[in-house]
Amino acid sequence: MSALRGLIIKESKHILRDRKTLVILFVIPVALVLIIGYVVSMDVKDTVIGVYDKARDSESVRLTNRIVSSGYFKLGKIITHDDQIESAFRTGSIRMAVVIGDHFGKRMLQPAGGAAVQIIADASEANTAQLLVSYCEAVIRSFALEESVVARPPVEVEVKMFFNPFLNSIYMSIPGIMALVLIIVTAMMTSLSITREKELGSMEILLASPLAPFQIIIGKVAPYLALASINAVTIVLLGYFVFRVPMLGSWQLLFLINFLYIYLSLALGILVSSLASTQMVAMFASMFGLLLPTMLLSGFIFPIENMPDWLQALSRILPPRYYVEAIKAVMIQGSGLAVVWHHLLVMSAFGMIYTIAAVKKFKIRME
Amino acid sequence: MIRIANVCKSFGAVQALNDVSFEVKENELFGLIGPDGAGKSTLFRILISLMTPDSGTVALWGLDAVRDYKAVRKIIGYMPGKFSLYEDLTVEENLQFFASVFGVTVEENYHLIEEVYSHIAPFRKRPAGKLSGGMKQKLALSCALIHKPRLLALDEPTTGVDAVSRKEFWENLGAIRQAGVTTIVATPYMDEAALCDRIAFINKGRILSIDTPQNIVERTTQRIFAIRAANMRTLPALCRSLPEAIAAYSFGDSVHLAVNSHHTEADGIRQQLTRLSCEKITVEPIAPTIEDCFIITAKN
Amino acid sequence: MDIINVKDLVMKFGDFTANDHLTFSVKKGEIFGFLGANGAGKTTAMKILCGLLKPSSGCVVVAGYNVASHPEKVKRNIGYMSQKFSLNDDLTVAENILVYGAIYGLSRAEIARRTEAVLEKLELTQMRRRLVRTLSLGWKQKLAFSVATIHRPSVVFLDEPTSGVDPVTRRRFWELIYEAAENGITVFVSTHYMDEAEYCDRISIMNRGQIIALDRPRQLKQVHGAESMNELFILLAR
Repeated sequence: MSALRGLIIKESKHILRDRKTLVILFVIPVALVLIIGYVVSMDVKDTVIGVYDKARDSESVRLTNRIVSSGYFKLGKIITHDDQIESAFRTGSIRMAVVIGDHFGKRMLQPAGGAAVQIIADASEANTAQLLVSYCEAVIRSFALEESVVARPPVEVEVKMFFNPFLNSIYMSIPGIMALVLIIVTAMMTSLSITREKELGSMEILLASPLAPFQIIIGKVAPYLALASINAVTIVLLGYFVFRVPMLGSWQLLFLINFLYIYLSLALGILVSSLASTQMVAMFASMFGLLLPTMLLSGFIFPIENMPDWLQALSRILPPRYYVEAIKAVMIQGSGLAVVWHHLLVMSAFGMIYTIAAVKKFKIRME
Repeated sequence: MIRIANVCKSFGAVQALNDVSFEVKENELFGLIGPDGAGKSTLFRILISLMTPDSGTVALWGLDAVRDYKAVRKIIGYMPGKFSLYEDLTVEENLQFFASVFGVTVEENYHLIEEVYSHIAPFRKRPAGKLSGGMKQKLALSCALIHKPRLLALDEPTTGVDAVSRKEFWENLGAIRQAGVTTIVATPYMDEAALCDRIAFINKGRILSIDTPQNIVERTTQRIFAIRAANMRTLPALCRSLPEAIAAYSFGDSVHLAVNSHHTEADGIRQQLTRLSCEKITVEPIAPTIEDCFIITAKN
Repeated sequence: MDIINVKDLVMKFGDFTANDHLTFSVKKGEIFGFLGANGAGKTTAMKILCGLLKPSSGCVVVAGYNVASHPEKVKRNIGYMSQKFSLNDDLTVAENILVYGAIYGLSRAEIARRTEAVLEKLELTQMRRRLVRTLSLGWKQKLAFSVATIHRPSVVFLDEPTSGVDPVTRRRFWELIYEAAENGITVFVSTHYMDEAEYCDRISIMNRGQIIALDRPRQLKQVHGAESMNELFILLAR
């Protein structure tokens, strides 16, 4: 039996025998995707609103019906007086109020316009409020376009939503969640498994043997590569079937991207473990060194374009960003190799750099 | 053969090894005797290329432990002080894994480990973590030996092991020596030193003396008396208070008193102790044990 | 007066019987050696005596309390020290003493008094602010013993306290044990050094979960015709 084969078999046995960790490795990613998926997705659905119809003409009734029947909103309160708006917000009985101005129908038909709709939202949750307002604007705009005989719609709405016309934010977050979960599971797993051997003292025997650093590293990486690949497939399928992320591109390309990313995360884990001497240090290093940057700088929660220049530059040297972009391109935009080749190239380069650094940094002696 | 010359090693302000030099001959069973913190583990790690010395050289059959570390690692079998095998793997799996690491099969070198391994073979399907202390050490020895190393380096293999298992372990070492493997073994147990071909006393990073156990005992210039009295517990302190005493310590059922002067006689000691109101005193001159020699050497 | 009284102690883990009907008692102020091969069941028995494990059956009374029904009372009245678990490496010498004193509910003034006494006895006064991790193993073990007896327990359990310690320090350690016994503290000690077995008032030897010998060291050697403790042990435990 060759040394490398022996190492891989041994490592696989460690993984398979540690039932608790094995369950965690499979359950945690799924749970994370589901939890973060549902938490991050700010889908607007049946939000309770109040309507104050000052006009009470046929057009205003039709608009109200259109808003309520959109599926996004549910009519919770008919408002008949200005004072009621504030008290309804205060008691929390409504999340948004739509006020339709006087003579709405008449003004809508006039070329001069002036048909007014006021949207009042509870901005204590700013992001949700923003979302509600833009949904409502979209509904009003489409209503106005259909009803209006004049060119100018009564409400000026400027909303652009490419590739995601229904504003399902989950589309945007699933690739980010995948990036996050994969990097935690893979990088943390390998760095912990190596530092565990250091703590146990068995690394001392491995070092004193003729094994070359690359053999020890590949022996560690190979079983986890298989394990993480299963995780990646689970997560992609979860996104596709549970969160209904469309899959417009090629599956092969999608898995190639995932495979590259897993490899790169594993190499990163090895690098972390060669710098850390205990499991505790490895854990914190992967948490703060990998988790936070992935969350904050991959464009997963905060759009990269809105960041200061130096943070944008920082995000460019972190691999998750390329992964998220490539996944979005393939799944949602249906792009092919022609678009994502440079993402693949960058990720391959990172993988290579990390591997070389890990092999070089791997200490052939004790301190 | 192995030649260690002027090896020094410091960790920060602590000097772990201070100008250590000695040679180990081919096929020798060499004992490194010293307490915890004497520098034994550091010396082992430097010897097997796991650490580099600050100064000095280590040569194993002409291979430099720093420059030729790859070649050195092929010819050594190392057993660290702490039990370091994989506790979740079975006895058999551990052995097979270490055979594969060195590119050999268990079968081809089985004759070498047969005697040790036969003790644990009945438990070959048991996870290593579930073995008793003595059995763990036997498995670790089997794993260190499976590739037929030229040098076997055993760092405190018997610490925390019961007297019966220790005896068996040393019987195995004797057999391994017969098979032509050079062995260096560190131990804090002085009684084990007598079983080595040659021993080196090490304390606080320095080699105090190197010789065969017999020579070390014979060359001792101090005289040792075994003393018994009615109250054994107060006896060490009383003996130490004698003007000619160099050292006095409990040794099992008696107190060993070491004196420099060859004029001191048993009767004189008895009289002095009687004056210190000891009762039922017996004083008997004895040949020093290795442990007596270590205590005296460490004192100087 | 018996400070430890064990009657028909049985401890089973599944099919495995770790302790098989142990019966023995230890008198106040006695130094009792608890010997046996690795895996003979010593550690299990010691855990039961310290109230850390509940026996499967049998009656175990330590310091006047039944370990099965009053483990907390037992723990208050004993001291425990082992090679693995003893001091906190990241605290200083004085801080370690303080922590243990506080755990056992000693007053601040009392802790301060006993700290001085311990430091003086061990000649550690100069090193009171040293981190424990920088001490040699011998010093650590002597300090650990003093800490384990800081609350003047009626019995102290020592699990292989001298493993790996140098010959001189090992013997100094035993002089601490003698002193504790003089002061009325019962000492229950396990060791693999057979010469140390001779320093005990009585010893028991365990094998496969049972006590196969129990008496004064000299009597045991006479009865079995052994020259030394080592010979006796190998004769009995093999």
